[in-house]
Amino acid sequence: MLIKKAADIRYSEITPKRLYLDRRRFLAGVPGAFLAAKAFAAGTKFQNLAKSPFSTTEKENSYNDITHYNNYYEFGTDKGQPAENAKNFKTSPWQVSVEGDVAKPGKYSIEDLMALAPMEERIYRHRCVEAWSIVVPWVGYSLSALLKKVEPTPKAKFVAFETFYKPSQMPLGRSAGIDLPYVDGLRLDEAMHPLTMLTFGLYGETLPPQNGAPVRLTVPWKYGFKSVKSIVKIKVVSSQPPCTWNITNPSEYGFYSNVNPKVDHPRWSQASERRLGEFFKRPTLMFNGYGDQVAGMYTGMDLKKYF
Amino acid sequence: MRRASKVFAFLLGLTPLFWLAWRAYKADLTANPIEYITHFTGDWTLRLIVITLAITPVRKLLNLPELIRYRRMAGLFAFFYGTLHFLTYIWLDKFFDIHEIAKDVVKRPFITAGFVAFVAMLPLAITSTAGWIRRLGGKRWQKLHRLVYLSAIAGVVHYYWLVKSDIRLPVLYGVLVALELAYRVGIKVSGQVAPRVLRQGHGAR
Repeated sequence: MLIKKAADIRYSEITPKRLYLDRRRFLAGVPGAFLAAKAFAAGTKFQNLAKSPFSTTEKENSYNDITHYNNYYEFGTDKGQPAENAKNFKTSPWQVSVEGDVAKPGKYSIEDLMALAPMEERIYRHRCVEAWSIVVPWVGYSLSALLKKVEPTPKAKFVAFETFYKPSQMPLGRSAGIDLPYVDGLRLDEAMHPLTMLTFGLYGETLPPQNGAPVRLTVPWKYGFKSVKSIVKIKVVSSQPPCTWNITNPSEYGFYSNVNPKVDHPRWSQASERRLGEFFKRPTLMFNGYGDQVAGMYTGMDLKKYF
Repeated sequence: MRRASKVFAFLLGLTPLFWLAWRAYKADLTANPIEYITHFTGDWTLRLIVITLAITPVRKLLNLPELIRYRRMAGLFAFFYGTLHFLTYIWLDKFFDIHEIAKDVVKRPFITAGFVAFVAMLPLAITSTAGWIRRLGGKRWQKLHRLVYLSAIAGVVHYYWLVKSDIRLPVLYGVLVALELAYRVGIKVSGQVAPRVLRQGHGAR
């Protein structure tokens, strides 16, 4: 037989329609398109991003601030280190295993995941447990799109996340003072909440490695460390999964870690925060200002106990 | 020559401040300048305390008695950066909110430790002049200046309690301070033991 079966064409290899129609812009975009064809290199532009009603109208932080002030301990515990040390982080090929108490477990390539649901731009507030905050235009879609697809069974109560760790690529991880790989988890209803985002980009481009490329989580009403980076495994489970910071220091970091100005970190106040780029501190909002959408999930719970 | 070397040491002590000013001028103080300034001045306070405490052992072990001439300057520079660190905290971080600061000092052990470290340096800086040494008398002056040990220990504890998980640097400072204190304890103990041994020797028939 001379006619071979056509290889599956990945979305990334198809020239987007807009570029195809606009020759001049197409020529200018050739380097970008070339990069896109070599899997989703960091900084590849997204096409046709939908706007989201979840977006805040607050001023976004600069791309430079967002990408040069990072807590990514696998690449160093200093905030400037990840931008430097993650430069050559290999994010392709990449696979995310979705497993556990689900009817349809599976291994998803990053390309499959990116094509799973329409990409949206969502401008979220991001509040770190260290009392600083930023506003980031993320790109992605609700994690629920993926979870619905794999069909959690009636046993499912929580979702556990595991992130990438390879000491050869992340030598500084050994001295981070936390056990790696970094793990964390959410209750199933939290994971299914539309605000909870599977995130692939920021500022209209694929994520740079220091921000958790190629795929991370964004949970805007919880402290930043719950929004895990560079995910390799999503496991739906029946009991509360372990969380790295909770293991490291259980009296300081709880499973829920909802942003809460009334419950201080034992060593510092959580009542106010420094928005990067601002001189004066601003008051921290309950659930980071997402209370209208999420407070209902915690009615009747003592948030001082379940911090 | 002597004067030139002191001027050189003085300029050396100001280098961190110039470096900070240069980075500020270049708008290169990271995305969180206030945090950067706080950590920078805190780091240099601890480094200079460690350097100040190193002078006595180093001059004795390496037989460099002239190093004593730099001890006061090193100590005063530690106080200088400590003051900048403290000012950054009460001004840029707390905006002179006395109520908030008082609450912090009482409630947050790491702030308490830092506060102790800073307050312990105050009388040392004030009595650092030749006039004060005369007024207090060498012995009493020396006794008072042992407060620097408290300041060093409290400073290390302050740093150790502050970090989230990567304790390498605070532990390094802790080890250095421990060695410096151990040296002094060792000298004191051997100084007390030696005469006793001698006395025993005399008493033996």
